[in-house]
Amino acid sequence: MATAVNETTQNPGAGAYFEVGADIGDTKAPDGPIDRKWSQRKFGAALVNPANRRKLSVIVVGTGLAGGAAAATLGEAGYNVLNFCYQDSPRRAHSIAAQGGINAAKNYRNDNDSTYRLFYDTVKGGDYRARENNVYRLAEVSANIIDQCVAQGVPFAREYGGLLDNRSFGGVQVQRTFYARGQTGQQLLIGAYQSLERQVAAGTVQMFARHEMLELILVDGRARGIVTRNMVTGAIEAHTADAVVLATGGYGNVFFLSTNAMGCNVTACWRAHRKGAYFGNPCYTQIHPTCIPVHGDTQSKLTLMSESLRNDGRIWVPKNAEDCDKDPREIAEEDRDYYLERIYPAFGNLVPRDIASRQAKNRCDEGRGVGPAVEEVDHETGETRRVRRGVYLDFASAIERMGRQTVENKYGNLFDMYAQITGENPYETPMRIYPAVHYTMGGLWVDYDLMSNITGLYVTGEANFSDHGANRLGASALMQGLADGYFVLPNTINDYLSKGPFEKVGADHPAVVEALRETTSRVERLLAINGSRTVDSFHKELGTIMWEYCGMERSEEGLTFAIARIRELREEFWRDVKVTGLNEDFNQTLERAGRVADFLEMGELMCVDALHRRESCGGHFRAESQTEDGEALRHDDEFLYVAAWEFTGVGNKPVLHKEALVYDNVELKQRSYK
Amino acid sequence: MIINLRVWRQASASAEGKMVSYRVEGVSEDMSFLEMLDLLNEDLTLKGEEPIAFDHDCREGICGMCGVVINGSAHGRASSPVPTTTCQLHMRSFADGATIDVEPWRAGAFPVIKDLVVDRTAFDRIIQAGGFISVNAGAAPEAHSVPAPKIEADRAFDAATCIGCGACVAACPNGSSMLFTSAKITHLAMLPQGQPERYSRVKAMVATQDELGFGGCTNIGECAAVCPKQIPLDTISQLNRDLIKALFRKDGK
Repeated sequence: MATAVNETTQNPGAGAYFEVGADIGDTKAPDGPIDRKWSQRKFGAALVNPANRRKLSVIVVGTGLAGGAAAATLGEAGYNVLNFCYQDSPRRAHSIAAQGGINAAKNYRNDNDSTYRLFYDTVKGGDYRARENNVYRLAEVSANIIDQCVAQGVPFAREYGGLLDNRSFGGVQVQRTFYARGQTGQQLLIGAYQSLERQVAAGTVQMFARHEMLELILVDGRARGIVTRNMVTGAIEAHTADAVVLATGGYGNVFFLSTNAMGCNVTACWRAHRKGAYFGNPCYTQIHPTCIPVHGDTQSKLTLMSESLRNDGRIWVPKNAEDCDKDPREIAEEDRDYYLERIYPAFGNLVPRDIASRQAKNRCDEGRGVGPAVEEVDHETGETRRVRRGVYLDFASAIERMGRQTVENKYGNLFDMYAQITGENPYETPMRIYPAVHYTMGGLWVDYDLMSNITGLYVTGEANFSDHGANRLGASALMQGLADGYFVLPNTINDYLSKGPFEKVGADHPAVVEALRETTSRVERLLAINGSRTVDSFHKELGTIMWEYCGMERSEEGLTFAIARIRELREEFWRDVKVTGLNEDFNQTLERAGRVADFLEMGELMCVDALHRRESCGGHFRAESQTEDGEALRHDDEFLYVAAWEFTGVGNKPVLHKEALVYDNVELKQRSYK
Repeated sequence: MIINLRVWRQASASAEGKMVSYRVEGVSEDMSFLEMLDLLNEDLTLKGEEPIAFDHDCREGICGMCGVVINGSAHGRASSPVPTTTCQLHMRSFADGATIDVEPWRAGAFPVIKDLVVDRTAFDRIIQAGGFISVNAGAAPEAHSVPAPKIEADRAFDAATCIGCGACVAACPNGSSMLFTSAKITHLAMLPQGQPERYSRVKAMVATQDELGFGGCTNIGECAAVCPKQIPLDTISQLNRDLIKALFRKDGK
């Protein structure tokens, strides 16, 4: 059905990289007013008799908030659940690292919050690129999440009266964020983990830790199973069920350096994509402005510090490049450039994440960055250069204004974390910060039921694309993961399972045999190359390409260059990577090699998506789409849609399917922070 | 910096292990301990040798996946000025030219899988025995229907910060999991929602940790000394108090 795209003057050259297919749309959300849709859908969804549930099985891949909560809840309902994670325990999933909090429209502060306001803020925060129906439902179930977590024993912050405390978060004007000190993600995940272990004990959930999903099994067009590798023994095994749920998180590690855990990867989603699942908005990445800068070329990951630091810290760089290696305390006030306060006097240091990030990059590109200079490769010339990648976040005036004790009470744990990682004392010398990749809004395309375009394949949490548009508000990731896991998926998947149990898929089924064969041969191929470069060296090189050309600022020239370079790198990987050891062993090099191989395909799709979307939107700045004074310019006339990409083979043009976004409830506005 | 490592190498659970010496050059003091191991592994890979297996994931001290014994101290606590996980220990804590011993957690209930990687599924089994509140999704009452006093809620939080890394077991001369178990007992016992199952929970979890081969607690306190999250030793007293009460209750209820 695909037709070649016409090259327009708007986006010259992009047509060489993709084709345009038929439009798609969500068919599951019922008609009617937005505040009735979810209850209508729940009423309309077919039910499964409790006695029949034990005859049905569901595979859930991932044990974070979206996966762990879904596995526990489906187990409670009485289904047979097979739950997989690559870590040694389900409690390790990277939801655990979320610091800030979780939003819920409880209106405990009596400050005019409501389901509608949370919905409105989330759609606006996503810069009008999220699907209204899904976001409204997210806001609607948010209050139930808090009830559920409190009942599980999640120790949220409380006031002396014994009731829950709230704080404001992420640029909204109501206090709706629930938190557990700076470890909200940990406490929510432990809550889900405990519910999950309760079901393991009850026998409804079978847990497979240290198992990595390497393939999706389709039978007659339906998702019916997965192939996993046992990471201890190397055994490559098939598992079959009536439905498959992917809750495998985001793909920020395509950039090599990110705030994701080392093991986070795109493999499960990418394998599903290769089998036909559409990938929605892959270029939508969130870059967080307040991370600890890179210290050198052996750095393995980046650490986020809560954005709340920008409430009291002042961001600056030296006015003169020659001051950049001076002790910052010796740089006179008139020689400092408080650039956010200068450019955005109304918002100052509290401008949105993408603006704070991009302006920090601009200062460093100008040669006014601070901290250790890090080696960078100019991908066009192949030459290396050394650039300082950091800006100051200074608390000197806050300490003077509020006193050290107040600053310590407010930010003590963050200051300690900074001191431990950098060896510097932030009470005495300004912190250094730099943006880092934090979250991916893109993910597998799903309908209102969270089912992908592959029948029987569901996708929840960060792994799907649906709720955050082109930018995610703070404290909304935890909300979405738990909404999907506890309340949405368990009330939609029954509509599909009611048609089952489906015909049993045996170990000798041709689809199973073929999936096992494909997976095994891929592993064998990786082990047989025995080249001269390590897996990490490829991953790092891919990461620097993505960061430079598909990071904070994108341009047609940069993206087309990046696509060509990624293709070369992928070819080199399959010719020259060195994977030591055997499959039949605990082999971490082999694990990483498989993930990087998929990132090398994923990175190209991200660049194609970024290339086609010739607008600045949400967290993304497109050089060709800016206002006269250099600010982001969205193009609702051309890009008010979800880009859902269909895989057509490695190196072939992917096919773009557009899902038009309809805003019946929220008026589209162009944002302005000047 | 140059670092001389002596690392425990063990090919598999059933193989004999031994300490092997490596010299790591080009170490920067800003590297984390695990990044230093990454550097060595890159070098070993290029030489065609098998890299050292070690567990790790978040590398920001919260997932609990990493953990090795460094110079005889779990997570290298003895080398660090502050409580730490292995991933948050930095090379500036060591002198240039230092010799560092690196070993896996050593405890009967945590068998070695390979090199520095151990099997900690016994911890999940302890939680399965009762480390939860029995509430199904959808069955929860409105969150503010049950106030929880702030002091107890804060104490619950302090105990709930346990990351399940297993350093407490590795540090304990008895290989006891009491700090881990008592952290969960205290977390749930301090909240109103945890009361209905409070005493059955403590009996079940203690019985399970005994069955799994963890040693008994003799109040040595090494566990709390190495704990990266500073779980207080008095959680063990809380567990013991609840256990004694449970023994005098019919059916542990």
